[in-house]
Amino acid sequence: MTPSDLQALLPHIVVAATAVAVMLVISFYRNQTVSAVLTVAGLFAAAACLPFVWSAEADAVPPLFRVDPFGCFHIGLLLTASVAVTVFSHSYLEKYRMERGEFYILLLLSVLGALVLTVADHFISFFLGLELLSVSLYVMVAYIFTKKRAVEAGVKYLFLAAATSAFLLFGMALIYAELGTMAFPEIAAELGGGDGLRSPYLLAGTVLVVAGAGFKLSVVPFHMWTPDIYQGAPAPVTAFLATVSKACVVVVLLRFLAAFDSDAVPGLYLALTVVACASMLTGNLLALLQDNIKRILAYSSIAHFGYLLVAFVAGGPAGAMAATFYLVTYFAATLVAFGVVAYLSPSDREADTVADYRGLFWSRPGPAALLSLALFSLVGLPLTGGFMGKFFLVGAGAEARLWTLLLVLAVSSAISIYYYLRVVVAMYSSIEDTPQTRELSEPFAATPPYGNTVGAVQALLALGLLVLGLYPQPVLAMIQSVTRTF
Amino acid sequence: MNLTESSTAFSFLSVLVFAPLVAAAIALVLRDERRVRQWTLLATAAIGVFSLFLLRGFEASTAEFQFVEHREWIPHLGMYYTLGIDGISLLLVLLTTLITPFCVIASWTVVKLRSKEFMICLLIMQTAMTGVFTALDFVLFFIFWEAMLIPMSILIGVWGGPGRVYAAIKFFIYTMAGSVLLIVAIIALRLETGTFSIPALMDQPYDRSFQLWIFGAFFISFAIKVPMFPFHTWLPAAHVEAPTAGSVLLASILLKMGAYGFLRFCLPITPLATIHFAPAILWLSVAAILYGGLTALAQSDLKKIVAYSSVAHMGFATLGIFLLVHHGTIGGALVMINHGVTTGALFIAVGIVYERVHSRDLARAAGLGRQMPIFAFFLGIFCLSSLAFPGTNTFIGEFLVLAGAFETSLILALAIVPGIIVAAAYNLRILQRVAYGGTKNPDHSGVADLGTREILLLTPFLVFILWIGLQPGPFIGLMEASIQNILDIVARSSGALNP
Repeated sequence: MTPSDLQALLPHIVVAATAVAVMLVISFYRNQTVSAVLTVAGLFAAAACLPFVWSAEADAVPPLFRVDPFGCFHIGLLLTASVAVTVFSHSYLEKYRMERGEFYILLLLSVLGALVLTVADHFISFFLGLELLSVSLYVMVAYIFTKKRAVEAGVKYLFLAAATSAFLLFGMALIYAELGTMAFPEIAAELGGGDGLRSPYLLAGTVLVVAGAGFKLSVVPFHMWTPDIYQGAPAPVTAFLATVSKACVVVVLLRFLAAFDSDAVPGLYLALTVVACASMLTGNLLALLQDNIKRILAYSSIAHFGYLLVAFVAGGPAGAMAATFYLVTYFAATLVAFGVVAYLSPSDREADTVADYRGLFWSRPGPAALLSLALFSLVGLPLTGGFMGKFFLVGAGAEARLWTLLLVLAVSSAISIYYYLRVVVAMYSSIEDTPQTRELSEPFAATPPYGNTVGAVQALLALGLLVLGLYPQPVLAMIQSVTRTF
Repeated sequence: MNLTESSTAFSFLSVLVFAPLVAAAIALVLRDERRVRQWTLLATAAIGVFSLFLLRGFEASTAEFQFVEHREWIPHLGMYYTLGIDGISLLLVLLTTLITPFCVIASWTVVKLRSKEFMICLLIMQTAMTGVFTALDFVLFFIFWEAMLIPMSILIGVWGGPGRVYAAIKFFIYTMAGSVLLIVAIIALRLETGTFSIPALMDQPYDRSFQLWIFGAFFISFAIKVPMFPFHTWLPAAHVEAPTAGSVLLASILLKMGAYGFLRFCLPITPLATIHFAPAILWLSVAAILYGGLTALAQSDLKKIVAYSSVAHMGFATLGIFLLVHHGTIGGALVMINHGVTTGALFIAVGIVYERVHSRDLARAAGLGRQMPIFAFFLGIFCLSSLAFPGTNTFIGEFLVLAGAFETSLILALAIVPGIIVAAAYNLRILQRVAYGGTKNPDHSGVADLGTREILLLTPFLVFILWIGLQPGPFIGLMEASIQNILDIVARSSGALNP
């Protein structure tokens, strides 16, 4: 390893060092605020390293990593989201009497895993990153072990993620057996011959790898775990699951699929098209049946990654750009939504049924306005980033002439309006409408008023959503410059 | 048309569009609800006065867009921040800026709960409405168009009557359905021409079948907003449940957007399809006039009567526009403005009745005129205006439309006549019941006549009703050139088809 390699991996090193630092501090002084502040400081420090990394242009740290501007952009995105999750976790965990410091070590480790994935250029780093991310997440999902649902969700996630890892490993082994290499550039070179997935081993291997990634992205038919685990996990962890742990897989999948030419392997793209359509329709239709906000958001995330796959199928720089921009808007909206859920949840349960939100506007206009904005962005209404994100997806799809996918996208988005609107309507209907809602909303009386750090973070994210919707040009220009290589 | 050339140094329209938003941000910080009300009134009144300066710089003899601003917005996708107005949008912008202060006054005492949020919604609405009438980039237009949806749904759904949630959802879903088609048409036009600029899209030789599709998408989207006859069912629900200010905004401004869409997009962008579909639309408009009038006659809820009369009036507007002859189209555009003034005034009057007797039922309001002679005077003028009595504004507009209809087809013109008679019937019915009542009126002994605030609120409407009615020349003069230009585009394209 040369000094320039170390420089390229500076954000990763800082995050790893912060994890160690938090661990050391906990062993001498237990205070969750100190741990949280240290975590946030570490994440900011890692983000502050990005300019130095960026200037070290597209350097490979061979053979495992490739730190290019595309990876750096996503490192920045993941670190920002992690800061928000840390802040939400702090206020959420304040409500519990338990050892809370360790949560931040786990959080930092899973962030490290996600960061490794964003620069992975090799099956080994892909797998290591994924495991680091998942193993920490098992514990984070079940962190509030006094809650039955949380433990159940943790165990479920453990089993399913372990099964996925097995798929992924087997797929990698098959590809290695056929091509004799595990590095993405070499795989691309081998496949560049033009005869595509010539052998059944190679085809099976690719399908298994994509299936493994599909599980993490929770696209149909690998989506079964999503609602249960979203519902059972503590709300900040759900936010993390829905954003960071998915985005890093998107990045690695974009890199991996860039090796496959759509003309050479039509079967693969056909499969992705089917998965995308199924995800959009299943996610949106099943969300209609839910009464639980976390489950609604779970199904909606299935649909959103279906939308995102449209950009994958479209491919090329336009596809990568649309996917990246969509991720950014999805991040902001999802973090705001789960942030509100985390903030409103009392210590004995999650505030996650639609009934909990009835009349929220009248008792707490702040969180209600933020949650409405987030939901409108997920619908894709103009003014919010969600509209621009969908607009670019449609643009990329129309350029690639993917009319079937676009039709499904339009129809399923129209369906989605209904269930998002249900939550919004509940928030704005007055409390007197139903007598029992008074006592339902009583637990909210104990939550502190807005105006603390959580409120500030959420307000910033919401502002970001509006900026993305009204003046996306700066972000767009940046994304365009980092996705040029696709 | 080169838009950059005419850019002015001072961004008049941007100020007009975004001033309400800035006012809303300031209102957000104010603590006292009374202060918020005073501030909102001050801000909207100042914007109203400021907007009148548009008249000084406006050149009425040309159809070019004026006060144009052209800036980069999202150049990557060819979207620009372009604002500008012609004669048609000028009057609608003025209508918007001048009506909003009266919405604030009308909600002064009625909105008790969360009046700060109410005022903020009103201000956001004003930004979006002004934006719709000034945007010259299709995506910008669409964003303003959609931006109205949320605050308007909230106005209905939060501060409305008992069935407000149902009405708000119905409004939201209808409008949303129209918007989806609109965005599809915008993207299709972009794929065909490579631009989002509205002036650049006008008067282009598109393929006939392409025009038919685009027109279809535009038509459904705008017909929902107008609302035209088969798409009107959201309107009575929304009007009845909305608070007075919401009803006024809906009737005076929002309904105009559909007709504005016809004039701004359907006619100049898809002229061939316009000619193709115009006969069908004319008969739909006649259906709206008759159906709206007859349904209004059968209602006992005052707000419903006015709501259905809106359907009939807007039928006159679309009828005039699609006659595609000089008198008719100008008449149609004038009906839009007149309807904004008259119906806005009638909704405020209904609100005043509701505040006093806590019911909008015609029977409960019977005989109010004895206790409220000043109110009866105002209501009388408003009802006469609504039935197109000579000397009032509506007469001029509907007369021009009728004249145009006679030019086009005698059967069509004769078919409208019953609609005019029905309009007289339902308006006189309101006037007779409310002003005089029968032999057994409900007890109104505790009811007070109009206060100073209410007289100040209603007088400007009265002034405009009589002004447009007695001297319509300046109003028509402002938009004549722009409308003639649109009609020329339509005539040219049909001429190119049959030389």
